[in-house]
Amino acid sequence: MAINYIFPEYEVVRAEKRCISCRVCERQCANEVHHLNLAENRMEADESKCVNCHRCVSLCPTRALKIVRTDNTFKHNANWTGEIIADIFRQAATGGVLLSSMGNPQPLPVYWDRLLINASQVTNPSIDPLREPMETKTFLGKKPYALARDKSGRLLNNLEPQLELDVPVMFSAMSYGSISYNAHESLARAACALGVYYNTGEGGLHEDFYQYGAHTIVQVASGRFGVYKRYLDAGAAIEIKMGQGAKPGIGGHLPGTKIVGDISRTRMIPEGSDAISPAPHHDIYSIEDLRQLVYSLKEATEYKKPVIVKIAAVHNVAAIASGIARSGADIIAIDGFRGGTGAAPTRIRDNVGIPIELALASVDERLRREGIRNNVSVVIGGSVRNSADIVKALALGADAVYIGTSALIALGCHLCRTCHAGKCNWGIATQRAELVKRLNPDIGFERLVRLVSAWKHEIMEMMGGMGINSIEALKGNRLMLRGVGLNEKELEILGVKHAGE
Amino acid sequence: MHYVIIGNSTAAVGCIEGIRQADRAGRITVIAAEPWHTYSRPLISYLLQGKVNEEQMKYRPDDFYRANGCETLLGHGVEAIDPAAKKLRLRGGRVVAYDRLLAATGSRPWTPPLEGLDSVPHKFTFMSLDDAHALAAALEPGGKRVFILGAGLIGLKCAEGLSGRVQSLTVADLAPRILPSILDEEGSAIVREHIEARGVVFHLGQSVARFDGNKAVLTSGATVEFDLLVLAVGVRPNTDLVREAGGRVERGIVTDARGQTTLPDVYSAGDCVESWDITAGESRVLAVLPGAYRQGECAGLNMAGGDKEIKDAFPLNAIGFFGLHLVTAGSYAGEDYMRRSGQNYKRLVYADDRLKGFILIGAVERSGIYAALIRRQTPLSSIDFELIKEKPQLMAFSRQERARQLGGRV
Amino acid sequence: MKRIYVNEKWCLGCHLCEYYCAFANSGQDDMAKALKDVVIHPRIRIEEQDNISFAVNCRHCEEPLCVKGCISGALSVQDGLILIDPDKCVSCYTCVLSCPYGAIMPSEAGAIQKCELCTKNGRGQPACVEGCPNMAIVFEER
Repeated sequence: MAINYIFPEYEVVRAEKRCISCRVCERQCANEVHHLNLAENRMEADESKCVNCHRCVSLCPTRALKIVRTDNTFKHNANWTGEIIADIFRQAATGGVLLSSMGNPQPLPVYWDRLLINASQVTNPSIDPLREPMETKTFLGKKPYALARDKSGRLLNNLEPQLELDVPVMFSAMSYGSISYNAHESLARAACALGVYYNTGEGGLHEDFYQYGAHTIVQVASGRFGVYKRYLDAGAAIEIKMGQGAKPGIGGHLPGTKIVGDISRTRMIPEGSDAISPAPHHDIYSIEDLRQLVYSLKEATEYKKPVIVKIAAVHNVAAIASGIARSGADIIAIDGFRGGTGAAPTRIRDNVGIPIELALASVDERLRREGIRNNVSVVIGGSVRNSADIVKALALGADAVYIGTSALIALGCHLCRTCHAGKCNWGIATQRAELVKRLNPDIGFERLVRLVSAWKHEIMEMMGGMGINSIEALKGNRLMLRGVGLNEKELEILGVKHAGE
Repeated sequence: MHYVIIGNSTAAVGCIEGIRQADRAGRITVIAAEPWHTYSRPLISYLLQGKVNEEQMKYRPDDFYRANGCETLLGHGVEAIDPAAKKLRLRGGRVVAYDRLLAATGSRPWTPPLEGLDSVPHKFTFMSLDDAHALAAALEPGGKRVFILGAGLIGLKCAEGLSGRVQSLTVADLAPRILPSILDEEGSAIVREHIEARGVVFHLGQSVARFDGNKAVLTSGATVEFDLLVLAVGVRPNTDLVREAGGRVERGIVTDARGQTTLPDVYSAGDCVESWDITAGESRVLAVLPGAYRQGECAGLNMAGGDKEIKDAFPLNAIGFFGLHLVTAGSYAGEDYMRRSGQNYKRLVYADDRLKGFILIGAVERSGIYAALIRRQTPLSSIDFELIKEKPQLMAFSRQERARQLGGRV
Repeated sequence: MKRIYVNEKWCLGCHLCEYYCAFANSGQDDMAKALKDVVIHPRIRIEEQDNISFAVNCRHCEEPLCVKGCISGALSVQDGLILIDPDKCVSCYTCVLSCPYGAIMPSEAGAIQKCELCTKNGRGQPACVEGCPNMAIVFEER
């Protein structure tokens, strides 16, 4: 047998005095880490299988378990870190592309944490959201540049189709296939309850979820899976996915083994066939081509639905956004380099794309400068972690945010980043029936509703503190932000002053 | 409305609770020959054993009659029913009028004529609290040899109750096996061995040819010497009152499914009535306690103007001897599924796509699931019979049926 | 009356209900101490086969055959709740033979035991319901 160079990353620590051998850890671990030593009536663990998802830790009734990082170590080296060495071992053993899930975990700058929010003192009053009106509603879509009147001077409704959001938060695109039926149901029902939208991703829309269509954004991606007239009609908006923050420039591949039953029906491809999403849309090589697709979709849906174009935040994002704003699209969605995914090549996830904060600031600035900001709304995603991130995003110029990872965490995801294994112990990123049932949508939807409701309260508190009583007044209000620990160039791109200025 | 109940045991209590579900106000009078607060007859063997005291034997709490608004005439036998005048005559001549009557007259021990029985100085029956008291008193000062005639439920529970308090226990029965009315040969043998291991001596397939004082000569020629004789050969339903009043009596008092006799406003329930056994397809006296309660309750509801029928009666017995539990149900004509492992014995009997009866010895857990198959006449083709044969489980039912049972009000 | 209802669609077969039941009725205040190296005798039991699992405990029937058949008067109905008085139980198992759900079982002490919705152990809410991670067991009015 070849030498196994990989040492288990985690250790399962069991407080023997507290363990009652109830075997819940064993029954709940799809990775088969735990087992009962019957002879000694003692639980044991095979740590090499542990992905640190905390399912066992969370369900252990006596809190007898914890997972810790191994302290087995290589000789210290700031350049050749343990992770880098282990990756080389892996690739030397398999010859394969390294795969990862969820967002970029590398210690790259998080600009949200370098931005600080203003508050009113003395000269301008703050607003108490518990006592005074505070508007969190916002609309996404083209905004008219001028009023239009008929011959007799009456106002004409020249408004293009809009998405109405009670809170400026939407659930990002996650396909049925990458996440489970119950995860989708949780998101769909939560979107309805919150007065916001969730997004089908490119896996099509399950028959059961057409009922939530009024709060659904249907996605059209390069594989065109599950796209047909009824699908386009079902949603409140249509999103053309050009790129994804976790893996800009590359496509997707759901193996044929996962294309079974409902997944196959919903994606409208034969059971067992690989679902390959090409890296580019093969009919789009220019803004003009994109415009054709935008208008094809508008035509197909009688110009009743806004069309979103989603791109990954990359180096020329501002110029690309400028083109999209002229393509007829109603909304631009920009996904930052920390955005999540069910599976991506590790090197791409960790090295391609740019931070969403910088992308957002430069896009907003560019569209304003070119006088086309009202052509589109801007939605950003890619690691929006809390309500403060949202407030900062709005102040930088976003009209709303997409949350994906935060939503999954609310559903129980512990960011073990092993989605690609398909054995999600929390019933989220899996299609195995016995695992999927672990996410009861009655619980999941409530948790999502509570999370976003809590954030809404916090957003109102922060807005009130700034003396602002509506989302509209916060949007693009960069005076409400100050940078800290940022260099001149970063401040310039972000369009904010340094703290103290 | 004046409800009168003759009897003060299980069926009578069921009747009172049945009446009170429908009528909180009507007057209820309970008349019984025994003077005691209602008690559980099957517990007399436990009393003998010392496992319960008389307080624990009470079938209902002390305030039962008061809480249910009952007058009691305890220690009063009833001599006659006059259904035309709707009156009862009590021993001593007192007359009680009724609007609705329940005859829960129960059963009595029955002993065939046996040569020399009169010569036995100390003989007992074992059905009532008085019987238990008398027997218990006769055990003193100890060291007694006891001969029990009859290896049925009463005889063997009596043996268990006496075990450890006497010098010897001998049981004889005409039948070739113990508990012949509820067990097959194999099951009977398992239980017999278990009881024999506790020092009880059996003479089976034999009757008593004659008694001679403290000695019994069996038909095989063997002799049994004893100090105390317990007669537990059989029981007979007490049907005289109803028969003499003109009510129809076959094996027991005949009632309809609502519990009414052929006499107007006269109902009957308990060990004195016969009922349709859905597993045997005939009317039998099903002298078991759960049945008596349900009959009494059903009759009570109907006496108070309700409309309830019992159409799912069949014999059910749960009993244990010296820690070995057994449950039996229904009748045993049909195809068999049998399993045995040590003292654990299972026999399921089925025919016509229905479970007809079963015997479980030792492992009796969840046996109510089998009983429900009989009670509900569940088509075996509608469940996973192979699975449920192995052990009683709801897994054998369809998902929909489980959702109904576990997710709905039942 | 609030009762326990089971929805097997969400049952994970984790058996936590059994352990929470055993703990709730152990009379102790530390689960690890109560159940360490102990064979549990819960009043709620999981049935499982392949990927199907569900919990079974007393349904508190409206026509309780167990109560009606109880030979000693140990089982009674109080406000819809079916209770067992272990002092009166003589372990004849007539109730075991009567229960269509197999939800009454012998206890360690000998007398039979059954779910009493945690009304006697000072918990207030049924422990199995509180311990169920997936709302497969709920306590509600239906």
